[in-house]
Amino acid sequence: MDWTWFHRFGSPPHLYGLAGKLTPWFAWPAALLILAGLYGGLALAPPDYQQGDGFRIIYVHAPSAWLSLMAYTWMAAAAAIGLVWRMKVAHAVAASCAPIGAWFTVAALCTGMLWGKPMWGTYWVWDPRLTAELVLLFLYLGYIGLRSAIEDPQRADRASAVLAIVGVVNVPIVRYSVEWWNSIHQAPSVMKFGKPSISWPMLTPLLIMFVGFTLLFVALMLVRARGEILRRERQSRWVSEVVAQ
Amino acid sequence: MSDAWQAAKLVIERDLRLAFRNRGQLLHPLLFFAIVTTLFPLALSPEPSRLRDVAPAVLWVGALLSSLLAIEFLFREDAQDGTLEQYALSGRSLTWLLFAKTVSHWLLAGLPLALMSPVAAYGLAVSPDAMPGIIGSVALGTIALSLLGAVSAGLTIGIKRGGALLSLLTLPLAVPLLIFGAQATARAIEGGNMAAPMYFLGAFAVLGITLAPLAAAAAVRISME
Amino acid sequence: MLAHRLTGDSLHVFRGERHVLRGLSFAVTTGEYLEVTGGNGAGKTSLLRTIVGLVHAESGKVEWNGRSIHAEASAFHAQLSYLGHESPLKGDLTPTENLRFAVGIRRSIGSREIAEALAEVAASGFADRPVRTLSAGQRRRVALAGVLLAAAPLWVLDEPATHLDAAGQALVGRLVERQLAAGGIVVAAVHAPLPVAEAGTRRLGLSSK
Repeated sequence: MDWTWFHRFGSPPHLYGLAGKLTPWFAWPAALLILAGLYGGLALAPPDYQQGDGFRIIYVHAPSAWLSLMAYTWMAAAAAIGLVWRMKVAHAVAASCAPIGAWFTVAALCTGMLWGKPMWGTYWVWDPRLTAELVLLFLYLGYIGLRSAIEDPQRADRASAVLAIVGVVNVPIVRYSVEWWNSIHQAPSVMKFGKPSISWPMLTPLLIMFVGFTLLFVALMLVRARGEILRRERQSRWVSEVVAQ
Repeated sequence: MSDAWQAAKLVIERDLRLAFRNRGQLLHPLLFFAIVTTLFPLALSPEPSRLRDVAPAVLWVGALLSSLLAIEFLFREDAQDGTLEQYALSGRSLTWLLFAKTVSHWLLAGLPLALMSPVAAYGLAVSPDAMPGIIGSVALGTIALSLLGAVSAGLTIGIKRGGALLSLLTLPLAVPLLIFGAQATARAIEGGNMAAPMYFLGAFAVLGITLAPLAAAAAVRISME
Repeated sequence: MLAHRLTGDSLHVFRGERHVLRGLSFAVTTGEYLEVTGGNGAGKTSLLRTIVGLVHAESGKVEWNGRSIHAEASAFHAQLSYLGHESPLKGDLTPTENLRFAVGIRRSIGSREIAEALAEVAASGFADRPVRTLSAGQRRRVALAGVLLAAAPLWVLDEPATHLDAAGQALVGRLVERQLAAGGIVVAAVHAPLPVAEAGTRRLGLSSK
């Protein structure tokens, strides 16, 4: 089998150019979809019969929570590719996923707390999803901390890759054990709202937001990965050519 | 095959002998555990029913933190004096040798902790009937904890003042152990059925035994490069 | 006698952002000694660590008997004895114990063999004292006994004679010559040339940039 395409694909200048070309193709649809989703969610969708307008934060909360997990999975996948094939660009992608994922996790936590205030009467309860999200934030911070503690960039790449892979095995276990923990200690009165019967006018904007946020994540990642590639390759000739232009 | 067993036996024997020549270091995490569990009644109240309620939490948080102290030293000297390099270049599987090292670490840190936990539990007003269950749950939980710690210790080799980072890496990954371990201990104290949380702790130990030495070997190789 | 061959082909090695080795090649075969010299920071240690496989070259390859050392790492390592900068000894163990554990991991070994090796490096006098109480030169002798006991055809030594007195330097030279005579290969990074016969010696000078 001919592997030259793989190495050409993995070459930093090629990916730098490719990422630059792709970014607008993700950024613009993301902006349009998010605007449409927000309009649909905040203006068109009817208020929830139990939670009133408070439920509308779900249009930011749910996609953020979804992306906090997806970014971790991407990070681990990119890290594994970098580790197995010694592909530097994959490490650059993994490195740029981490802060984005961490910020989505923070967003999910904050919106979750805002959502919780009217429902539970307090900003923080040890709800299983919030708790798992908090542990996920610590996992991100550990990854970022390990990366910054190691001076040699290649060692930092490879060591943090191992951590990302160990973490991605652990994330579902953490999720499950937190659910189990909650099911034991749960006071039944906490969960006031029943299964919400979500209607199409409510659901459609949510789906649009999911797609929009995912595209936004890809666009952010491409931008960051470009910066990361430039920083790593700053001593090579093609970078000085790019900068000179 | 017998050669590989022989090599593992020697790794364990060497670590045990070194530990017994330097007993102070062996005792430090245990003393830490004893002191932490002593602080709780002082901070909370001497009332037995309240102490009994928090006993699982105190025992498990104490066990987690004190085993972190021990994990910090798991690879440090071996990395500094080149022993880890010799392991990596010995022609034996580094994964296997590090697994042996983790076994000796559990014998020196996890097992003593498990054996000491009844003393601490007794101080927290737990009835003696619960002690076998407490020993069992701590012993089983610390197996996975040692394995997890081996991975983080491998990743933080050579990082100056890596102790805090080691905690940041290990503790979030140890959340499931804390949950099921504390639950097992709580059921032991209540006299309930410990089977479910113990199965989970056992499953984590098996998962750790299969995956953690691989990750630890990769981490150690990367740290040596 | 099996002929061995160790080659490096256009090795490029980075340490961090420093391009330490730029297209380095070498070849040594049975009975030859490769002496690597160069100032501090010239990449001697990096080269040795690349040869044994601890460091991966960015490009280029190291081959042992025509096969990449990473392809069958365990088989290669079983034929290799590496001595790094530090002597890999535990201060709380005696030289005899240290060697029993270190060599025992590679192959089964009796206490007579250990005593003989220690005698050979003139370390019998302190064979049963904790290593902690030994001088740096004495430790180096014990570490050299470990290299002998590994009974490997390839020795890779990082400044083997460091901390050693004149008698010790001569001893290293003798050990290397004996290893060569037995059909082995020795690669050593040194500051001062080892007293080894010119015939089988090849030199590799690294320049610091």
